[in-house]
Amino acid sequence: MLQAITKLASLKNFYFFCGKLLPWFAWPTLILMIVGLYWGLVEAPADYQQKDSYRIIYIHVPAAWMSLFVYMVMATSAAASLIWKTKASEVVANSCAPIGAAFTFLALATGSLWGKPMWGTWWEWDARLTSELVLLFLYLGYMALQSAFEDKRTAARATAILAIVGVVNIPIIHYSVEWWFTLHQGPTVQVLQEKQAMDKSMLYPLMVMATAFKTYFATVLLMRSRNEILERESHTKWVQEEREHL
Amino acid sequence: MTPTRKRRLMMVLLIVLGVGTAAALALTAFNKNLMFFFSPSQVAAGEAPLNRSFRVGGMVKDNSVNRDDDGLTVRFIVHDNAKEVTIAYKGILPDLFREGQGIVAQGKLGSDGVFIADEVLAKHDENYMPPEVAAAMKPIGVDKQLKANN
Amino acid sequence: MTLSEFLYMDGYYLYVWASYGLALVVMLAQFINPIRRKRQLLKQLGRKKRRGQRT
Repeated sequence: MLQAITKLASLKNFYFFCGKLLPWFAWPTLILMIVGLYWGLVEAPADYQQKDSYRIIYIHVPAAWMSLFVYMVMATSAAASLIWKTKASEVVANSCAPIGAAFTFLALATGSLWGKPMWGTWWEWDARLTSELVLLFLYLGYMALQSAFEDKRTAARATAILAIVGVVNIPIIHYSVEWWFTLHQGPTVQVLQEKQAMDKSMLYPLMVMATAFKTYFATVLLMRSRNEILERESHTKWVQEEREHL
Repeated sequence: MTPTRKRRLMMVLLIVLGVGTAAALALTAFNKNLMFFFSPSQVAAGEAPLNRSFRVGGMVKDNSVNRDDDGLTVRFIVHDNAKEVTIAYKGILPDLFREGQGIVAQGKLGSDGVFIADEVLAKHDENYMPPEVAAAMKPIGVDKQLKANN
Repeated sequence: MTLSEFLYMDGYYLYVWASYGLALVVMLAQFINPIRRKRQLLKQLGRKKRRGQRT
């Protein structure tokens, strides 16, 4: 087991491992997206209060969930590279940042587009919205810090510390709707709860979309990681061989 | 230090500054929210400031929404199960505004005790369901039904 | 449900389609970017290789 992990930690092996995994995430993403979009936009009924405007949820909630999930993946990889100095985990953490930033941006933008007609405002400085905005700055800060250093190892150390410190924001985002008075509503979907606050006809397409977003993230993460490995290892023989092979 | 490195360092400093201001803004905003959100009971007790803008939050009372003769001003009563505040508002109400809904209004308290709002926000609950299901639940009340089931 | 009814989204077409449009643009860009980057990287590597052979 330990041997398998150390083997994977070498960038060359990790590159090929990512390549093997890629189709197993890319194709399901396409299928799940098509099913989820059709189900959510066409099949699911309109809401009794919000009518068709609630359909924004099929983008907003998966994007918001992913913004937290990607951060946890990023922080875990960053911690691993800080502790074991594994290059593969540095690559994964770096590849997470732009994807997480994109999800966070989507969650904020679609939330704003829903908030205008429903709440009556594009933006409100409430705890949920503000902490999610801080998350966007954390991702952008990570990316800026990463590009600020010439040396990859120094950059990895600096960004890892930022990523780990930023983890405090994650529970703040999650519990903000309970800890403070927020305009944002409480959680609709709760795990381990038999009776959901959302009707099944609307909940199932949301689950399909959430799964689609997860496999999409895995797909893009693998692609980005492979690119960063090629870049880092451009001087090695195996990359030259790989180029000729393609 | 090379110019590119200097520029990058400046960028990092800017980002750190940005995150810092955002965090500071956030903290003050939360505190403000806590301070500036008054319930109708607090308003009735005279705890709310006069001549200064603040927020009132509560439920819109059933059958209390009326439009003035000018066709622009909407008057409605907000309550917290104990006290009530009458709110007058000129403007477009959010689509979720309806009787029984939780709302937050920003504005000033007039000398006649009527709250003149310049912004009304509707708070949404966590329930999502098709109209037929809502209609079937109506006799008992949607919220109570869901709570009873949980 | 007719197509125009579907597109109208009960009057919320602006907000709904703006959300979905934005998601499409952002997520497609995130997907295409690495593909283009890889092509670019491989091209660069090829140039480096040729230069290496000449010297």
